[in-house]
Amino acid sequence: MTLAKILLTFGATALLFVTGCAKQAETDSDVIKIGQFASLTGGIASFGQSSDAGTTLAIEEINAAGGVLGKQIELITEDDRSTAGEPANVVRKLIHRDKVSAVLGQVASSMSIEAAPICQEAGIPMITPASTNPEVTEKGDFIFRICFIDPFQGKVMAKFAKENLGASKSAILTDVKQDYSVGLTKYFKETFEEIGGEVVAEQSFSSGDTDFKAQLTTIKAADPEVIFVPAYYTEAALIALQARELGIELPLCGGDGWDSPKLFEIAGKAVDGCYFSNHYSQEDPSEAVQDFIAKYKAKHNAVPDAMAALGYDSAYVLVDAIKRAGSTEPEALRDAIATTSGYKGVTGTITLDENRNASKPAVVLKIAGGKASYVATVAP
Amino acid sequence: MRWISEHSRTTLLIGLALAGLLQLISGNLDVYYLNIGLMAAIHVALAVSLNLVNGYTGQFSLGHAGFMAVGAYTAASLTTILPEALPAIAGLKGFSLQLWFVFSTLVGGGAAALCGFLVGMPSLRLRGDYLAIVTLGFGEIIRVFIQSSDTLGGARGLSGLPPLTSPFTCVSLAVISIYICGNLVKSTYGLGYLATRDDEIAAESVGVNTTRCKVNAFVVGAFIAGMAGSLYGHLLQYINPSQFGFLKSIEIVVLVILGGMGSTLGVSIAAVVMTFGLEQMRNLNEWRMVIYALLIIVFMIVRPQGVMGTLGVERSRTKSKRKAA
Repeated sequence: MTLAKILLTFGATALLFVTGCAKQAETDSDVIKIGQFASLTGGIASFGQSSDAGTTLAIEEINAAGGVLGKQIELITEDDRSTAGEPANVVRKLIHRDKVSAVLGQVASSMSIEAAPICQEAGIPMITPASTNPEVTEKGDFIFRICFIDPFQGKVMAKFAKENLGASKSAILTDVKQDYSVGLTKYFKETFEEIGGEVVAEQSFSSGDTDFKAQLTTIKAADPEVIFVPAYYTEAALIALQARELGIELPLCGGDGWDSPKLFEIAGKAVDGCYFSNHYSQEDPSEAVQDFIAKYKAKHNAVPDAMAALGYDSAYVLVDAIKRAGSTEPEALRDAIATTSGYKGVTGTITLDENRNASKPAVVLKIAGGKASYVATVAP
Repeated sequence: MRWISEHSRTTLLIGLALAGLLQLISGNLDVYYLNIGLMAAIHVALAVSLNLVNGYTGQFSLGHAGFMAVGAYTAASLTTILPEALPAIAGLKGFSLQLWFVFSTLVGGGAAALCGFLVGMPSLRLRGDYLAIVTLGFGEIIRVFIQSSDTLGGARGLSGLPPLTSPFTCVSLAVISIYICGNLVKSTYGLGYLATRDDEIAAESVGVNTTRCKVNAFVVGAFIAGMAGSLYGHLLQYINPSQFGFLKSIEIVVLVILGGMGSTLGVSIAAVVMTFGLEQMRNLNEWRMVIYALLIIVFMIVRPQGVMGTLGVERSRTKSKRKAA
């Protein structure tokens, strides 16, 4: 086999490739295509499945009500397997092959940070339902979010720990693999020290770890009054279990990354008496919330967590913007999303600021008996 | 330089011309397919370079992703982190920026080659399984090192790499890798690789410095892997240590085995087919990886010698030459 033959084969393949994938003509537009990328499998699958369930519910409702601009909406969902490197791939597919008008996703900040530059470069608006790290929307003017950001969430929990729990010494256990966790740690520490508290121990781990006893023993020795664990639900649950095993009976505090039915499934009683900040409370008596919970229950036979609520809201905010823009032309759509103001969603009133972030109140929930109940609302 | 025949130099030029052509018409192509094509070209370079070590020289390296990581992070430091400190580089545009990227990629390859040399020198005196363990360890060290380095983004990865990987650079790298590896094993020098693989003791007894051959193959392989890593990073625009883990190394080893150890054409085909195949199977969701694994098992049972079989597999000619002499 000579080199000539090798290159000939390559040339032929290249030719096939070129003819096979010349740009497809724009598909006729009797539907509006919206892309979604989510972690349907892998380490944070509970988030992806919840937000996907919420988004799907919203799109079904909108379609049943006649769609938008007289067209039905087609939601194309891609799984990124909770794996770094995949969001870039699947978002490229959504934009260039499926020709979606906008992209919804993701929950985890690291995933959104990976996909955002690709949407920005292609000029396709992206709305993240639940990525709270500030860096996400800093990627460009096509990137939006409908949730609060970590500086706010960190501040809320620091104030709550100091003022409501009366703690003056805290320990922090950070997941160094997640932008979300690192960001939250930074803002919690800043605020906690500002208002006179002291961080007595800072420990770290990586997503996927299962043994936290070394870190917890060090934390125990530092004698804090509260432990801040800005982790995602799987690790948070394991940390709670192992902390109780080591005889640490202190309250653990976390962020919205805790909100998943899996947390209670894995940790059971271990998380009783712990607190976390969240986007909405299922106990909120308002009509919008109770209505949403009833519809979600009817379809999925489960109580929606915050990710489902945010997924639901993100689809409605997008459709609302399409309606106001009167088209799905990317720039018009971007401007319409940017001017979203006073939209009443399940997770509160959504108004986007000049940095394309929503400023919304956060709620603090207390866990008892496998349920999270409402403690306080903190406005920005 | 007798072994670089005029003939194959022409084919190299044809390959480069094809790369240029692809670059020119890339604006008219579907970006999604184009990206898979570029990924396939990168995989070709990776598989062909690993084939030099695993196929031609008969060593078993499990650290190819480690070299990729070294190349990707070194190049990314030059294109992403350095410009923050040096405004002169941040101001580069257009063609000069592309040149800077090519330079960064070469530096990335060089850094990977250096690592290859440092790892290879002591460990290539080992044989078979032992080398596999050493290279496996090397890959993990690189990954953990990056993971704990904050300037390189740590475990959260480095985002914001400029999208500098072009169709021309990708296809050129693939073509040049095939050219280098294809010619190297045909050279008198490369015959040593084949001799080392076929019978190490016999090769040594006739005066082939097998350690030197192995280190050489290893360094060339690492150099190409480093450059491929740089292109990979600037194509995805995001690098994370977990992308360069043990599984990535295995993925490349699988390409080499499917293609047929020691067949440059075979592994190139395997790299292209697997890259496109895996993308096409995306709509099978969770079944994708199951089917991928099943295909490998079935293929190995039906055709253990790889896609091309013995076609194009270089054999050591030392013995026959010796007889003729």
